[in-house]
Amino acid sequence: MSDIFEQIFQIGFFTAMVRVATPLLLATLGEMFSERSGVLNLGIEGIMLLAAMTGFSAGYFSGSLWLGIVVAAMTGIVFGALMGLLTVTLGLSQHVSGLGVTLLCSGLAFFGYRLVFGQPSQPPNVAAFESAPVPLLSELPVLGPILFDHVTLVYLAFLLVPVAAFVLYRTPWGLNLRTVGENPHAAASAGVSVAWKRYQALMISGALFGIGGAYFSLAQFNAFTFGVISGRGWVCIALVVLGRWDPWRCAFAALLFGAVDALQLRLQSSGVIDLPFQVFLLLPFLITVVAMALVARNARAPAALLLPYRKEER
Amino acid sequence: MPTDVASGKRPLLSMRGIEKRFGALRANASVDLELSSGEVLGLLGENGAGKTTLMNVLFGMYSADAGSIEIDGRPMNIARPADALDAGVGMVHQHFHLVPRHSVLENLMVGEPGRGLKLDAESALVRLREIASRYGLELDPETLVGDLTVGEQQRLEIVKALFRGARILILDEPTSVLTPQQTESLFRAIRAMATDGVGIIFISHKLNEVIAITDRLAVMRRGRVVAQVENDATLTRQKLAELMCGHPILPPEKRPTESGRTLLKLAGIDVELGPDHRRKLSEVTLDVHAGEIVGVAGVSGNGQRELAEVVAGVISPSHGAIEVDGQAVHASTPRGMQRLGVAHIPEDRMGAGLLTTLPLTDSVMLPLAHKSPFSRFGWINRKAVRKFVLEQIEKFDIRTEGPDVRTGTLSGGNLQKALLARELALDPLVLVAAQPTRGLDVAAVEFVHAQFLKLRAEGRGVLLISEDLEELFAISDRIVVMYEGRIVGDLDASVTTPAEVGLLMAGAKAA
Amino acid sequence: MQFRLETRVRSPAWMNLVLPVAAVSITLVICSGLIAAAGADVFAAYGALFKGAFGNRFNFIETLVKAAPLIFTGLAVAVAFRAKFWNIGAEGQLLAGAMAAAFIGAREGLPAWSLVPLMIAGGAAAGGIWASVPALLKVRFKVDDVVATLMLNFVMFYGMMALLSGPWKDSLSGYPDSPDIRMDAEFPILLEPTRLHLGVLLAGVGALLVWLLMTRTTFGFAIRAVGENARAAAHGGIPVNRVVFFTAVLSGGLAGLAGVGEVAGLHFQVMATLSPGYGYTGIVIAMLARLNPIGVIPSAIFFAAIATGAETMSRATGVPVFFADVIQGASLICMLVALLFTQYRVRVQTLARNA
Repeated sequence: MSDIFEQIFQIGFFTAMVRVATPLLLATLGEMFSERSGVLNLGIEGIMLLAAMTGFSAGYFSGSLWLGIVVAAMTGIVFGALMGLLTVTLGLSQHVSGLGVTLLCSGLAFFGYRLVFGQPSQPPNVAAFESAPVPLLSELPVLGPILFDHVTLVYLAFLLVPVAAFVLYRTPWGLNLRTVGENPHAAASAGVSVAWKRYQALMISGALFGIGGAYFSLAQFNAFTFGVISGRGWVCIALVVLGRWDPWRCAFAALLFGAVDALQLRLQSSGVIDLPFQVFLLLPFLITVVAMALVARNARAPAALLLPYRKEER
Repeated sequence: MPTDVASGKRPLLSMRGIEKRFGALRANASVDLELSSGEVLGLLGENGAGKTTLMNVLFGMYSADAGSIEIDGRPMNIARPADALDAGVGMVHQHFHLVPRHSVLENLMVGEPGRGLKLDAESALVRLREIASRYGLELDPETLVGDLTVGEQQRLEIVKALFRGARILILDEPTSVLTPQQTESLFRAIRAMATDGVGIIFISHKLNEVIAITDRLAVMRRGRVVAQVENDATLTRQKLAELMCGHPILPPEKRPTESGRTLLKLAGIDVELGPDHRRKLSEVTLDVHAGEIVGVAGVSGNGQRELAEVVAGVISPSHGAIEVDGQAVHASTPRGMQRLGVAHIPEDRMGAGLLTTLPLTDSVMLPLAHKSPFSRFGWINRKAVRKFVLEQIEKFDIRTEGPDVRTGTLSGGNLQKALLARELALDPLVLVAAQPTRGLDVAAVEFVHAQFLKLRAEGRGVLLISEDLEELFAISDRIVVMYEGRIVGDLDASVTTPAEVGLLMAGAKAA
Repeated sequence: MQFRLETRVRSPAWMNLVLPVAAVSITLVICSGLIAAAGADVFAAYGALFKGAFGNRFNFIETLVKAAPLIFTGLAVAVAFRAKFWNIGAEGQLLAGAMAAAFIGAREGLPAWSLVPLMIAGGAAAGGIWASVPALLKVRFKVDDVVATLMLNFVMFYGMMALLSGPWKDSLSGYPDSPDIRMDAEFPILLEPTRLHLGVLLAGVGALLVWLLMTRTTFGFAIRAVGENARAAAHGGIPVNRVVFFTAVLSGGLAGLAGVGEVAGLHFQVMATLSPGYGYTGIVIAMLARLNPIGVIPSAIFFAAIATGAETMSRATGVPVFFADVIQGASLICMLVALLFTQYRVRVQTLARNA
């Protein structure tokens, strides 16, 4: 038994945890912003997939991975705005609108990829982002490789946590956003435009979904495949609940999920346990459900989540 | 208009020719209204007369279909609340616009610019202190709003308006959630603000209060301003009431009945709710006899809703015993209580009573569908259902285009009639009615009261929960008073006085 | 001049037909841009699509065969969404039903005549039980149904693949496939020599039964009441949690039947590609049918046609076959927007504003 532990909990495991958690962290923070404004954005899975595709294509053809990231973020913003049109302007069901956006984006991702790349025998790939160790800090024992020897996107994602917390809790913009998500009438009577705030939140969420999606195709797998997201977006919906709509706790939840994912990857490759590899693939999803069952009862979502806001309602 | 011309003052606010339609309803019909600095204007009218609509237009929540607004003689284009705030208009809504999970200070800072990137808590605190001391509106800035009492929340709403520099303050039914004593302290603040030059529009349908606090009155009926009068010695309640309704009001006729056997008995009921087991009812003991209307008085949020829901079987008591007509109730459910003979008109008739998005038939059949003759072995008899619903529409004079109209499109009074019809179809021994006349026009109120008195005459019991003391005194035989989840008084309605009930409501006798 | 929305007093019945047709037409017009982007002629492509779906008897029957699982998943979603139980898990429940059917259908010890009924009952039960998990989680632990049903789809899929690569692998096959079911377990063919099997008929009958359940029974009434206003339903005496639970089980059972039909009528085994997202397509189908069980039939046939037609179109014009997926997403969104017209009517009015 101790053998297994030694094999698994090496420094490499924690490095992998941080790496695996990064795209989830980005998407989770995005979802957190949109839910804090009162909109459940179920477009997450599809937007991540589509942005993984557009980001990859842009990176592939331009040779600039960063341009790929920008294109992915733009993709997300566009479909975040579409989500806003459906749920904010038209006041349609957030559940069904989000599923519609996901289905549309997934279809567009498959269609677009086939259109651009055809059916090559070898899937095209890019030279993925290279690790950018932080000078000095990466030399630290243990912590160095775990925290400071990653691709730049990882640092940016984790820097986003304090930024998000500051914006949400310390700025007028954040207070207004939280108020819109708790009691839109209070926000409106204080002169805040509920619709515009929600659009902003949805576009931010879209951008972060997009960057998270592109992380998979440009930093993790250096190629686009149809299964590149395979449920990771949906997981982030759960992570927001586990993270209680708070940036720090969301980061913690993302890291926890990263640990589970890294663990199953290690178990798969270690061959210590002789089971079909799909057993390990299902673990993160199963654990997410169990975790939800443990915390959901006490979770307090933003009070106006899922409720459309119409000014002239009688 | 005449006042300002006479005194030569330029009005602070002048609204002219305001029009607002909702579908076929003309909620405001060419309304003119003026307000001077330092004046308290009473805006009086029945529910649905257009008072709130007019004020929502002034505050930019609704955009008027026609008309103009001038403030300090300058024409204003108020399209959004932000415009109204900039123009110095503040509004305290009947339903508070607060975020319970945010602190007092955070609620104040919504929509305010920050300092640099950050929220400007320091200067907000300074301004809060200044307003608090000037008008006697003290509040702890760090408390979460959800922990404030209703009276304190209202205070915060007023502070919020002043905080944004309101020179015109609209108070929409501000006393409906207050005890008579809290109302007094609100009036002191209003006078202090008026002395400071704030113009105040005080919306109410409580005549006594309007006479007590206002300088001048505008009376609205069916979307129009039908009268503007000075509040002087010649003004009487009777005259105002007739202006409001357009016809003299007759008190409901109540014949004496013998009260009979105990139909509903609550003994030592405790209710705890939520993950933190908040105590909502403590040792509630209460009887309702046959042929009796028991009124429940109390400031909103003192356990009345929980009382209704316990009796209706919606929530279960953690302690205590319930008996219906001598039968002990174990593990209560709504359907179980219905079987025993309890019907329930919930306070929130749109949210907890009716299925607003479904056809009227569905709303009416909700507690009845599983019963014979409407269904057998789970199979619905559509003919019987339709016949029954048509009968009810006829019998209760429910104004609708037909039984398959979407429920939510009916007016408030007709919704309540539909709810009443279906609950009475359960043939109840006891009817629990929570705020059954809130928001209804006079005719509908009369209708509802007549139904209650009919139940009483038939030897059934009614538990009437209301925040309207006039209503309670008009039709109850006994009045019990609730305060912080306890029953603090059980009084004979023909002996007690509103003042006594008011003191009990404020917790005067609570330990 | 100004547009304004007015609330409709009731939504007229003709809208049930007009709105989906309008939504689909608009979708097809918008998506013709994608055909043009793929360098194909729009009319030729749609022509090929139509021919592929309905062009001859064989193609038409293939479309019907494809529609069978879609009718069931569409019904599953229609029932669940009526109660506002957001069952996005029809995909996993379908697989559960398929696995149960494949397992029962391969049992040698069972009498031949019992196989088909047992597969149907077992598949429905398996789907229902799998759906009862998120239902319990929602009712008891307040776990969001969307998250739970989605997660469980992945659990079921990977669980199935683990079984197919391990203990349940057909030793004769090089792929992760289950052993074939017995000949006696195969659904009878209704029309030789096509693939039109019993499952297609079952789907049609299923839609009719679900429609009767939803419109004519107190359970259907309870489902609607709970879905539209759970609080009012509770106050009115309806046991909300119980209704949600049994609605979920019913929904899962219907999705399970989709899996039974695919195994017993078409593939005779379980394999990785058993469902190309039938569960998710069910959502689109149900919404287009306005959650009406009878409406699910034409709606499912339409999407089956798009799926079979898209392959023909792809071969003929080179437009990627994933065109069908885009159509699904786009028509769901168009339908949602169109649904606004059931609640509101648009009035154009001119205003005199003296400001």
